[in-house]
Amino acid sequence: MAHGAGGQASRRLIEGLFAPLLFHSSTEPLTDAAHLEINGARLAITTDSFVVKPLRFPGGSIGELAVNGTVNDLAVSGAKAEALVVTYVLEAGLRTEVLEAEVRAMAEAARGAGVRIVGGDTKVVEHGKADSMYVTTTGVGRLLKGVAIDPASVRPGDKILVSGALGDHGITILLARGELDFEADLASDTRSVLPLVEALIGAAGPGIRWMRDPTRGGAATSLNELARDCGLGMVLLEDQVPVRDAVRGACELLGLDPLHIANEGQFLAVVAPEYADVALNAMNLAPGGDGAKIIGEVREQPAGSVLVSTLYGGSRIVDMLVGDPLPRIC
Amino acid sequence: MRFVDEFRQPELISKAAEEIRRLADPGRHYRMMEVCGGHTHAIYRFGLKDVLPSNLELIHGPGCPVCVLPMGRIDDGLAVARQPDVIFAAFGDMMRVPGTQGSPLEHKARGMDVRIVYSPADALKLARTNPDKHVLFFAIGFETTAPSTALTILRAKAEGIKNFSVFCNHVTIIPAIRAILDSPDMRLDAFIGPGHVSTVIGCRPYEWIAQNERKPIVVCGFEPVDLLQSIVMLLRQLKAGEAKVENQYKRVVPWEGNRAALRAMSEVFQLRSYFEWRGLGFISQSALRIRDEYAEWDTEQRFSVPGVRVTDPKAAQCGEVLKGVLKPHQCKLFGQECTPEHPIGALMVSSEGSCAAYYNYEHRKMATANILIQTA
Amino acid sequence: MCLAIPGKIIEIASDNPESALIDVVGVRRRVDLGLLQDDPPVPGDWVLIHVGFAMSKISEQDAIEQMETLKMLGESDAALQEVSGYSLDDSYKLKVSK
Repeated sequence: MAHGAGGQASRRLIEGLFAPLLFHSSTEPLTDAAHLEINGARLAITTDSFVVKPLRFPGGSIGELAVNGTVNDLAVSGAKAEALVVTYVLEAGLRTEVLEAEVRAMAEAARGAGVRIVGGDTKVVEHGKADSMYVTTTGVGRLLKGVAIDPASVRPGDKILVSGALGDHGITILLARGELDFEADLASDTRSVLPLVEALIGAAGPGIRWMRDPTRGGAATSLNELARDCGLGMVLLEDQVPVRDAVRGACELLGLDPLHIANEGQFLAVVAPEYADVALNAMNLAPGGDGAKIIGEVREQPAGSVLVSTLYGGSRIVDMLVGDPLPRIC
Repeated sequence: MRFVDEFRQPELISKAAEEIRRLADPGRHYRMMEVCGGHTHAIYRFGLKDVLPSNLELIHGPGCPVCVLPMGRIDDGLAVARQPDVIFAAFGDMMRVPGTQGSPLEHKARGMDVRIVYSPADALKLARTNPDKHVLFFAIGFETTAPSTALTILRAKAEGIKNFSVFCNHVTIIPAIRAILDSPDMRLDAFIGPGHVSTVIGCRPYEWIAQNERKPIVVCGFEPVDLLQSIVMLLRQLKAGEAKVENQYKRVVPWEGNRAALRAMSEVFQLRSYFEWRGLGFISQSALRIRDEYAEWDTEQRFSVPGVRVTDPKAAQCGEVLKGVLKPHQCKLFGQECTPEHPIGALMVSSEGSCAAYYNYEHRKMATANILIQTA
Repeated sequence: MCLAIPGKIIEIASDNPESALIDVVGVRRRVDLGLLQDDPPVPGDWVLIHVGFAMSKISEQDAIEQMETLKMLGESDAALQEVSGYSLDDSYKLKVSK
């Protein structure tokens, strides 16, 4: 079942099944949150389910992910999360202390992100019918002023920014499962990106065209989606893409591409060229933004694709991920 | 990363590429085959075609163990794993490779106990920790990987682990190169020799290519500088009218190979009289089976294996692509029916396969002509 | 056809001389040294790792010589070519990783 892993299969499921049957307008580009206007209040709403194994891993846990993930989906839609409701699906027999630890993690993450948890629901399914626990969070946010996120506004020459090193979360989870017997001093990057998004909007709001948090499927998948939505090419400079040593080492050992690895505390932004320096500077000065970099730019070509180019003039197309990233030996 | 980063330095890559342009005779068309799928992957990953002159063509060879594995072998392995209390363990590379009833991952979705392992040693570990299950390790690979499987079987025997067997699909590279060279429509100037296979077999097994076939061959590393340096070495041989075996990858490959690894292989394996290769057909003495002394750890001797044979769809022109007669995108199915998500032909099933590598890294680049990349 | 990566031997298990802990820029794993039994490596050596097995010892000397050769590429014909625009600096020297 490749459909949950981000990338092409997920997109086909949404575009082929959900959008035509469920959504009012399937012509709008797929984004991380829907925008609503209710009695003059401009809101964003989104929902996300969290399934992760192991439940706790270096740097975070499922409860923390469930809060930050939804806060981040709203943030990159240009909204500040105001309230969350949460649904737990629990496997019968789950130990109380495991649940309690996750509820505490959620409470703490919510405090940290400045969002209230205002309601929820719990379902218990038979032992063996779920894997420990699943968490769904639905968030409502207030759209921030001074920014409009629209893939159609992206233009050739725009710069592509990333908030920090890529791949920490995905590699941390892969190693934490223990099946590969690798160890590394790595932690998930899970965090609320709202402070960084606010810093960016404050400094370069009118220049921001697009933002996305590259979770499953990694930066390559998010940028491919943008490339297809705007019909332009995303050209990355390989030596500018920030990747930690241990993530790189694991990727080399396992034959993976850091651009395909999931992140839970980073976002990508496309910014008009005249705002690029001030945008980068604002992010670098904000807490947790010192790893932000300009990693490439938008070009006319290759239309609809992501191209990684190297200092010596070589280049390659990087597609969306097909299914989960699988370690390879050849 | 030491021994990696220094061989990716842009200045050295540019310098080696410049030397290639200087050495290549503009009036001549060069066709060099990189035998190894790892090289194919590296060529695309590092975008090396962009720095090579247009009259130097790289032909992607048969050295991808996933691609050349007949679909029937996957069906056979999964058929055994369908029996109760069997764990199917394989490298991640195998997980999306389709059998007639679906890939290992699809079997997992239907309830089969399928595990991704990084090492044959990890499969043996699964057997240790699951004493009430049988662990079937679906072994693939050329001579680089075969010694590790052999040593794992030796360790299983030494420890007396009985709930472990290997479904052996190990193949050998030399007969495949011979089959390529014997093909009548084959026109090649030189070979980029497989680097990691050569850590085991050494450089001597290639001597016939130089002496009898008069083709230069350079055993080559996997970083961009390695590949370009090897092309320089091949061009120099061609210019001088020579045909020698040279070792560009001396930092890793000893001329004589790894005797301990060869001993482990010959202790555990013997040559099969013939084996089927996807895209190339039956090749004699081109694969390994487990010796009768180790029958207890041989899936094929321990279980009844159906022996499924599946012929590739006629429309798929994998053989022609493998021999370099066609480019991947010239196949009728390429990018239409046959894609990495739904591979039909052998070369689309692994990211190392020339079609998948071409699809993933190149074809849209080709489709949008004349992209000028100015790196900042 | 085979993904293999250089790693540094950190320690060899006291109870098993054929099991070593290796490091690849901060990623560690136990690898089997059984295929190098004719010339066993010691901690500090670099080995090529494939599927959890050390396949070959990496020769620092050969790596340095390769760099020297690369540095010399085209140099003998330099007089014939007006080669310019390259600043080689110290790029040919082995970078010592952290």
